[in-house]
Parts: sequence; C-alpha cells; structure tokens
Amino acid sequence: MKSAIIVFPGSNREGDMVRALTSAGSDAQKVWHAETELPKGTDLVVLPGGFSYGDYLRCGAIAGRATVMDAVRAHAARGGLVLGVCNGFQILCEAGLLPGILMRNANLKFICHRQFLRVERSDTAFTRAYAKGQAIDVCVAHGEGNYTADEETLKRLEGEGLVAFRYSDAQGHTTPDANRNGSMNAIAGIYSTKLNVLGMMPHPENLIEDLVGGTDGRGLFESLVSSFPKAA
Amino acid sequence: MIRNDVAITPELVKEHGLKPDEYDRFVNLIGREPTITELGIVSAMWNEHCSYKSSRIHLRGLPTKAPWVIQGPGENAGVIDIGDGQACIFKMESHNHPSFIEPYQGAATGVGGILRDVFTMGARPIASLNFLRFGEPDHPKTAHLVSGVVAGIGGYGNSFGVPTVGGSVGFDKRYNGNILVNAMAVGLARTDEIFYAKATGIGNPIVYLGSKTGRDGIHGATMASAEFDDASEEKRPTVQVGDPFAEKLLLEACLELMKSGAVIAIQDMGAAGLTSSAVEMGAKGNLGIELDLDKVPCREEGMTAYEMMLSESQERMLMVLKPGMEKEAEAIFHKWGLDFAVIGKTTDTLRFVIKHGGEVMADLPIKELGDEAPLYDRPWVESPKQPVILPDSVKAPMSEAEALLKLIGSPDQCSKRWVWEQYDHLILGNTVQTPGGDAAIVRVEDGPKGLALTTDVTPRYCEADPFEGGKQAVAEAWRNITAVGGLPLAITDNLNFASPERPESMGQFVGCVRGIGEACKALDFPVVSGNVSLYNETNGQGILPTPAIGGVGLMDDVALNASIAFKSEGEVVILIGATTGWLGQSIYLRDVCGREEGAPPPVDLVVEKRNGDFVRQLIRSAQVRTVHDCSDGGIALALAEMAIAGNIGADIAVAPEDMPLNAFLFGEDQGRYLIAADQDAAADILYEAGAIGIPAAMLGVTGGDALILPGRQAISVKQLKATHEAWLPNYMTGKS
Repeated sequence: MKSAIIVFPGSNREGDMVRALTSAGSDAQKVWHAETELPKGTDLVVLPGGFSYGDYLRCGAIAGRATVMDAVRAHAARGGLVLGVCNGFQILCEAGLLPGILMRNANLKFICHRQFLRVERSDTAFTRAYAKGQAIDVCVAHGEGNYTADEETLKRLEGEGLVAFRYSDAQGHTTPDANRNGSMNAIAGIYSTKLNVLGMMPHPENLIEDLVGGTDGRGLFESLVSSFPKAA
Repeated sequence: MIRNDVAITPELVKEHGLKPDEYDRFVNLIGREPTITELGIVSAMWNEHCSYKSSRIHLRGLPTKAPWVIQGPGENAGVIDIGDGQACIFKMESHNHPSFIEPYQGAATGVGGILRDVFTMGARPIASLNFLRFGEPDHPKTAHLVSGVVAGIGGYGNSFGVPTVGGSVGFDKRYNGNILVNAMAVGLARTDEIFYAKATGIGNPIVYLGSKTGRDGIHGATMASAEFDDASEEKRPTVQVGDPFAEKLLLEACLELMKSGAVIAIQDMGAAGLTSSAVEMGAKGNLGIELDLDKVPCREEGMTAYEMMLSESQERMLMVLKPGMEKEAEAIFHKWGLDFAVIGKTTDTLRFVIKHGGEVMADLPIKELGDEAPLYDRPWVESPKQPVILPDSVKAPMSEAEALLKLIGSPDQCSKRWVWEQYDHLILGNTVQTPGGDAAIVRVEDGPKGLALTTDVTPRYCEADPFEGGKQAVAEAWRNITAVGGLPLAITDNLNFASPERPESMGQFVGCVRGIGEACKALDFPVVSGNVSLYNETNGQGILPTPAIGGVGLMDDVALNASIAFKSEGEVVILIGATTGWLGQSIYLRDVCGREEGAPPPVDLVVEKRNGDFVRQLIRSAQVRTVHDCSDGGIALALAEMAIAGNIGADIAVAPEDMPLNAFLFGEDQGRYLIAADQDAAADILYEAGAIGIPAAMLGVTGGDALILPGRQAISVKQLKATHEAWLPNYMTGKS
C-alpha cells in the first residue's frame, strides 16, 4: 500500500505518521505542498498534524487552499482514501472535503493528554482492525479541536453513520469529563459520505508501541494497509 | 531617526548601562569618542548578559571536560558523545525579565532562543524542558504570570514541534517581583556534522537568514542586565515577539543547507542580535567583519544602523558561506519562504566595520569587543552558617497523615498536570517517560538508546548554605537521572542570582558555583553549557539564589527503565540510603511548622555516587522497575507519589525507634531512593546492599487502596490523588 504524506510549511507530525505507516507495512513517502500531482499509484493521502502556515488566519485555512490540495480533492473524488489527523482534520474541513469546523477548545487552552475513543463502526477501510464500540487508548494534542457544525450537518452525520470516533472513557461511555475540548456530540472524527475520507483530532500515530505508551493506534494503520492487496 | 553624530553625553552613556569607568575604558581602547552606533554596540557586548563580566572569573573553576565531552561552554550549546556516531547538543537559558514584563512572549521567545542555539549547531531538537519559579500564590500578579508563561512555552514549543517533556514549577514570595523562566533544549546530531560559530577564510560571504529585522527587542540584553523597579513595566517594548512558524521553517532550512555543505560558520541572532552574532563569528575566527546594512531585510522603513545593530527580532541567523554556493543556499531558503541576503564579508583587518547609506557608522576592533570586556572580581561575603536543627527539637503540630495531606496538596508539591498538559509532550513518538516522574526519558530515533533529562535545584538550600545547595542541585539532577536508569553524563547550568554588586548575593553566587564544581567533579558530571542571569531583583529585594541544573543522562536500552509508580501489589518497599531525620530547611519545617530555618541537609558525594550506582545497576539488570528518589518532603511524600502514580497503596509498618516519626518520614537526608521489588528480588537486593555496606531497609509492602503510615495512619490513595491534583487547577480558576 502506497501512502503520500503531504508536508506543508509548519507540519510537524509528518515523521510520526511516516513511522506509523511504515511499521504497518505501507510504502510511505512525503510530498511537498507545492507539488501539483500525487506520486503515481498513491493509495492513501495523509494530511499530518502540525501548525501549517503557523495556524495563521485560521487553522488549516491556508493549507486548505495549497497547490497540492487540488490533487488531493481529485484523489478523494475518485474514491481514493484520505486521512487527516489533527491539523490535517482542520485542513480537510477548510478544503471542503469534510463538513463542520474545529473551534478553540472549551477551556481555551492547548491540551495534550491520553484519551480514549469509542470506535463507532468497524466496517470502513480505516477501522476494520477494531471492533465496533471498542474503546481505544490514544492521545490528543491540540488547541482547536472542538468539533462544531450546524444542526442539519450533525443530523446528517449521525443519521448516515458518518461519526468515526467519539471521546469516551475507558469503558467506551461518552461522558462530559471525557469530552474535554467540548466537541458537539463528543465527535473526535468523521467520515465523508463515501467513507473514503477520515478526519480526526486524536493522534493514533503516537500510540503504536508498548514502550511509548501503548499500541491502540496501530489498528488504524493496519486496517488501511490490509485494505489493499500486497504488492507482488 | 537617530543620527550617527550625536554627542555622547554622560547621560547617554548611563542610559546604555555602562559605568563611567567602563566607558572610559572603551574610549581608551578605540582612541576617540565613539559614534552612537558604536556606543550601542559596546553596550550590547559589555553588558552582564553577554560579557559575563562579574561571573567569568568564578566560572573558570567548573569542570568542563570528560572523554565524552565534544564541546564545552563557549559555543551556542554544549555537545556530548552518546555513541554510535551520535551527539547530544543541549543548553539551558533564562528569559526572566522579559517574561515578567510580558509573560506569553517572554516565555515563548525564551523557548525559541534556546531551540535556535541547539539547531544552530546542526542538531534537530528532540526535547524541551523548563525550570519555572513564580511569586507566592497570593500575590496579585502570580496567577496571571503562570497563565501567560505556560501558554507561551506551549505556544512556541507545540507549534515548533518539539516535545516539552519535563520541568519544575515552584512558588516563593522571593520571586514576587522577579520570576524565573529558564528553558532547556536538547538536540541530536551526527558527531561529524556539528557546526560552530568560528568564521574562516577571507572575503567569504556573510549571509543573513530568516525573519526580517524590526524594532523589537532593542536593548533586550541590556534590560536583562539591570535590576527592576516599579517603572519596569514601561520596558514592554523591549520584549521580542516570537513566531514559532518562522522558527520551524528556519530549522528545516538550516538543516537542509547544512547538509548541502555550503556552511562554514553559523551563529544565531539571540541577545544583542546582529552585533553579538557578527562579533562572535569574527572574533572566534580571528577575522574582521564588514557589514553593509543597506542589504539587511527590514520589516520597517527608515531603520537606522543603531536600531538594526541592536534589534533582537527573533528567528534570524547569520552564516559564513563557502564562496560560490550562494545561489544554492538562496534556493533552499526561498523554498522555505525565508529571507536570504548577502550582507557582508569576512576581512583580514580584525575590524568590525558597519556601513549604512554609503557611510561608515562604526569601525571597531573586533577582538577587543569580546576579549577586552571588563572583568570584575566583585567583593563578596560568605553566607552565615545556619545552625543544625536536631530531629528531637521539631514538635509535630499535627499527625503525620495530616501533614502529608497538607504537603501533597501544597503549591510546591502538588501535581503540575495543569501545566504540562498544555505542552505537547508526545510529539515525535519517542517520549518513554512523560512529565511527572523523576526524569523524562526520550528514545533516540528508533532506539534502543535514549536520554534521561531533568531540571533541578532547591533554592532554599542554596540560600541557607550556598556551597551545600550548589552541591545538592547537581546531586539531585544526577539522582533523578539515575532513578530512571540513566547514566548521568553532563549538565547545563542556569545560574539565576540577585545583583552581583551586593557582596551578600555575590557571595551566594560564588558559594553555589563552588558547590556545583565540587559535585560535578565527584560525580563525573561536567558542565558543558550554561547561562548566568544576575540582577534578578526588584526594588532591592533579591530572589532566592537559584542555580538551575539541567542534566542529561544516557540509557543504553530505554526498555530497561524505572518509574515512580507502584506496579503491583505485594511488592516490598525498600529504602536505599541512610536516614538521620534531617529537618533543617525541609518542606515539612517550612510548610507544616512555619519555620524557614536551619542548615540544609549535607550531601556526601561519595555516598551519593555509591548509592546511585547501586540503584542504577538494579534497574539495568531488570531487578527493579519502581524507583523514586527522596527529595522535598522526604520518604512520606515519595511514598505518596508512588502510590498515586500506580493507584496502589502500601502498608509502611516499619519506623526506627530512635527517631521521632515526623523526622523519619519528612526528613530530607540526601542520597536516598525508595524502590519496590517482588519478594525474591527484594531479598537479593537487601543482601547485595548489605554485602557492600549500602544502607537498605525494608519499610513495608505495596497493596490495598490506602497508604498506611507507621502508627496505623491510613490515607486512601483516592484522597491523596484528589488532593494532589486539586490545588493548581483550582488556583488558576480562582477557586482556592
């Protein structure tokens, strides 16, 4: 499985993403934001975490309009897989690939901590290694992760089963304490209508080894790699 | 607009922070009256911050060498060899005064400055730490300063993309008017790809890189070298504004340029900006430097030579490039959207020549600007010795359980989670041990190697006995690294003191530096970089002497580490090291009994090393996975923290009969560790310790949901945890 990790000025978790994908068996390479095309044969595009363009203007606003994003949009339109994590999720929203927006955290502070997520469905290319309802232990690190959308959008997301993950406790229950950034419906990640684009605030790529906190993030990358036949 | 030909009056000299005799020295050196630009340049080079004029003479006594030291003090940062062709590059630096005036930007640019020091040498930063001291919680400014400083540190480091993995936060009324913000950065490089400031070759291009020059930060270094008074708030315009995004681009562009082989020398523009960076490159290389300021990228129109030479605008670098490689270098910088300009060249004249608008604005001897800075052997007096407080003389005002609850929820001992959750401590995916333990552990690349990192000092010990306090600061850093399984290799020191012009505070400085030197020698733990911050006082009230020590240790295999958390029930808790019940200058005496007095606990460096080496070997041989050093609050506080971290209680039944219980539980004798091991391993450990004469005593057994102190005083782990976690968030939201 071939993945392209887009690097914007100010991206800073691209290395973590390359490591996670590589260790899951993907051929992962970085792609500079000024490129007009994706590498041939790209299966998965990843918009990694960071502070693209310094988060100036609005998080993700400038990157959402970068040259390479036309190619990313075209890839998504063809049904290609796109994963946006943290700043990548913000960029996907700004680029019009996902609905809604990420506002300042409820406490108005950057927060970095371990966080359980409830896996809402396990029948997508991103989550097939998990069980539906499973609570996975990953982490968050963001100042603007408060998912917000209008009522109609929320209704559609919920109605069509497009919520990917919710902030939960260790048992998979959504509680106010578990939803520290104040996201609507405790939403931590959402899919596009065709389930080929996933945006999420938490960082599965930082939880892939027992020595560094745990392995609950691995499932996402293993799901993605297993979605494609192995290259001969 | 400042003209270059204004007359230099005594008032002008004073405004530049130069003493009359210092000015006379400068006039004699150049043989004429200086221009205003020249006066600005010399004031920048000869202030305390840049010249170390009061401290140099004493710093010479510090041990700076070891077989693993590649570069000691004098460069942008220290460099040590960590094997396999890899080097660890690190330094700590203060940003105290700017942070007091403008906490967010002051702290942010403190982080930015120290990161730049590290990547200037060719290292990719892999960890950041800090050491913070604020005034008493009740002081009207304290909460505001905590909020701004923490947000600033996070704001910069999080965006830049380096994990902030450790630090220290404390409160004391002595920092009411002068907080401490010390930032430490740790980077990784190849041993054969380290870059230095020394310029070589005549006629080589000098290149300006990074952000544009503005009017911010003019005279920042001079401000950092003066006492504060009530009017200091008006100095806000001298605080620089940070742009972590620009710094991240600068990092990537610099590392890419270094790989291209175009770089001869590099120096970041930190304190005293263009002046200090250019002079250092020339002086170190025995070369002259000629700059044409018309070429300097400016943010504002009409900037004068004086302003450009003194601006402390952030995220800028100066390089000497190999001739002919300008085009290649320019392409790399433009790719990253950064300014690139050839602004001068190296010369064989040993002069520092500044041209602007076709005119020579300054023409000074370059070596003398650095080498001939004043050097003072300031008068100092030894701090009076404090009496030793005997354990029997301290009556317990409350039960030990009550005292422990009071301490675990006190401003200094409470959990600092509210702080470190605002720092991205997980980015890069190598944080093996997160904040909240004895030392942080970051894996080096894909391992198995790692670094153990810590920042430490106990200021109240330093004030009571500067020599012992200096020793203790180094010993504690060494101990914290040891407690996670690291082999301590080297330190960076950030020496925060009050005015050197008062013999009492100068005496504190001298005593602490001697103590630091003594401990570094005994523990094979040399100083490889550092920073001196003097004049930390407001309206004549000095801070506590605070020589913060940043320690770096090596883990051969990060998997063989120890943490403070109890891991399972039924493990034996063993105390390593001797206990006399030393309550002088203890947290218990201060916060429970309301007495700030006595001599601090002495540090026996031979015992320190012996005990530590023993504990480290237990961790590295996988006999022990749970270790906590005993420091503030003694055995009781350490036990409570171990129980909280592991969510497992312990029954501590054993206490010596020849010592009051409060002294046993809260005494702060040095060189001690608490460890927990299963029954079989515990028996071996007690036997091994006995065989080589290391005091080791079984204190009790882990298990249950309460910490039970001798005398059946039980506190539930739940209550300990709630108390430990409550104070800081409540304080910051105005609930306490």
